[in-house]
Amino acid sequence: MALDRREVLAGIGALGISAGRARAATVTDGAGRVVPIPAQVARVFPAGPPAAIMLYTLAPELLLGWPRANRPEECEFMLPDICRRPEVGRLTGRGNTANLEVVTALAPDLILDVGSVRDTFVSLADRVQQQTGIPYALLDGRLAETEQAYERLGALVHRAGEAASRARYVAETKRTILGRIAQVPPDRRPRVYYARGARGLETGLAGSINVETIEFLGAVNVAAGLRGGLTNVSLEQVLLWNPQVIITIDQDFASAVRADPDWRAIDAVRTGRVHLSPKLPFGWVDFPPSVNRVVGLWWLARMLYPPEFPEDLRALTRDFYAQFYHVNLTDEQIARVLSGRD
Amino acid sequence: MNRSAALGFAIALAVLAAGVIVAFTLGRFPVALADIARVLWAKATGGSSEVAANVETVILRIRGPRVLAAVLVGAALSVAGAAFQGLFRNPLVSPDILGASSGAALGAILGIYFSLAVFGIQALAFAGGLLAVVAVYLIGNAMRSGDPVLMLVLTGVVIGALLGAGVGLVKYLADPYNQLPAMTFWLLGSLAAMSPADLMPLLAPVLLGTAVLLALRWQMNVMSLPQEEARALGLATGPVRAAIVAAATLVTAASVAASGIIGWVGLVVPHLARFLVGPNFASLLPASAILGGGYLLFVDTIARTAAPVEIPLGILTAIIGTPFFIWLLASAHRSWS
Repeated sequence: MALDRREVLAGIGALGISAGRARAATVTDGAGRVVPIPAQVARVFPAGPPAAIMLYTLAPELLLGWPRANRPEECEFMLPDICRRPEVGRLTGRGNTANLEVVTALAPDLILDVGSVRDTFVSLADRVQQQTGIPYALLDGRLAETEQAYERLGALVHRAGEAASRARYVAETKRTILGRIAQVPPDRRPRVYYARGARGLETGLAGSINVETIEFLGAVNVAAGLRGGLTNVSLEQVLLWNPQVIITIDQDFASAVRADPDWRAIDAVRTGRVHLSPKLPFGWVDFPPSVNRVVGLWWLARMLYPPEFPEDLRALTRDFYAQFYHVNLTDEQIARVLSGRD
Repeated sequence: MNRSAALGFAIALAVLAAGVIVAFTLGRFPVALADIARVLWAKATGGSSEVAANVETVILRIRGPRVLAAVLVGAALSVAGAAFQGLFRNPLVSPDILGASSGAALGAILGIYFSLAVFGIQALAFAGGLLAVVAVYLIGNAMRSGDPVLMLVLTGVVIGALLGAGVGLVKYLADPYNQLPAMTFWLLGSLAAMSPADLMPLLAPVLLGTAVLLALRWQMNVMSLPQEEARALGLATGPVRAAIVAAATLVTAASVAASGIIGWVGLVVPHLARFLVGPNFASLLPASAILGGGYLLFVDTIARTAAPVEIPLGILTAIIGTPFFIWLLASAHRSWS
């Protein structure tokens, strides 16, 4: 071919400049990284479950797939065709299950990650963005940062209007709940044990993502003497803590504990304040740590401070599921969600 | 039994007795020594202890079973370790040499992956441990070349590595929020969730396996000689080896199923026992059991009292075991050779 090498290079350079112009707008993500806003966003790759859920609540049709395939009983509480989109693996956490070539082949316009914005994940974001050439936005997944994360996501996927409405809902919820809790004197803040595992002996230490909602609502986590993540404790220790409320995500434990003579001496069990967290389609208090926990704040507040929160949880559930999960629930479905069972 | 062995036994028993007393009195939940005595006396005589209900729960249903379980698991791992060290004529052998721990690990991890109840997880772990060793034994025996003992060890190493890869694969596929922490905790070993219902499935196999090993004590003495000498003394080495492996595996699999992976105990304690009572299996096996029970009891007491949260046993046994083992290697070589 008679093309001069210099012309080719000039052409490539021009391409680069025009691409640069199209992506001139940028967003500062949750980690302070400057991410170019893609000119068009039709396909977004979620790096992990929190990102998938957040994107689903804002713009479900953009979701390429899910980090893990959803189960049928979960799909009943989401848009069915979106819920059944394929499993694409995850890019965060302890090792990737997604293959970067597969990610590239899926041709997303944006890779979205929601969660920790610490150095590990910042460097992961930078590396993937460099390797694939796809903009990679990392948003802060903490409850306190949810509104801002929505606004940033809205700017990234050109849905600023809807994002503002989600952010408003979150802000309103937090303001209402925290406002009422602020009136509760310290001696009425319950001492809470957060129980996981079939025997209820896994718990979250102070600052762990698992008890973020409990701590956010001003309750006293009995295991907060130490900072850290999830850990094992002995029943002896739980007896010593003698919590007034037990919040659990394990339905086997929740049903067993009421009849278990070993747990009977604990205040929470004696007074019937063992509460099984709803989990369909996503957990309400714990995992994945994403916006699914916003409706859980109402539930948790009612369990922790019954006099301050006389609301009918069914109405709140219907409202949240309609706005965030795009489904209108029947009364029977709401009852199933609130029962915490699958 | 000669006089030095008798002294050794006295020391081992003193360690165990001290361990039991310390373990019963120490704990996160404050319990007075008098209350313990009252509750145990009431339990023995069938009367009423008149101690607060939650104190009684702690003594009889939480701390008591855990103390017993620690003694049983420590004894089981140490007996199995002593048996395997003699059988393979190697001081660096531990009870997981033939893949019992790796098999149990894969079984338990699969149980967690499929969200089974606690009993199902323990049953799968037990079955996994037994199956792994059966597989190792069949493959190792099918190799007709070379020393059968060496073949067994090498097959154990290879199958153990394969099972380890299986564990890695299941962890990789597990749900990172719910299952992965549970798997990690299991692999680090703990007696935190021990309840009275867990004691029977642990006690029965441990007693059975230990009884078989004790019955084989003279054969084990002969087996620790080179194979030709053992044969020359008229011992059918094949069947005896199979019986020792089966009994030691039964004991190991039952304890790993109950407690998760606890390393070092089965490696270190037999050396200490040999140091105290000498290499004769008639003394070595019971001494290992007593000493192992006491040792794990001390370690478990640290694990449950040092902090409000549990310290994984596997980590503590490694931290305590490593310097101890180095010291043993340096100072007590004569007790082995």
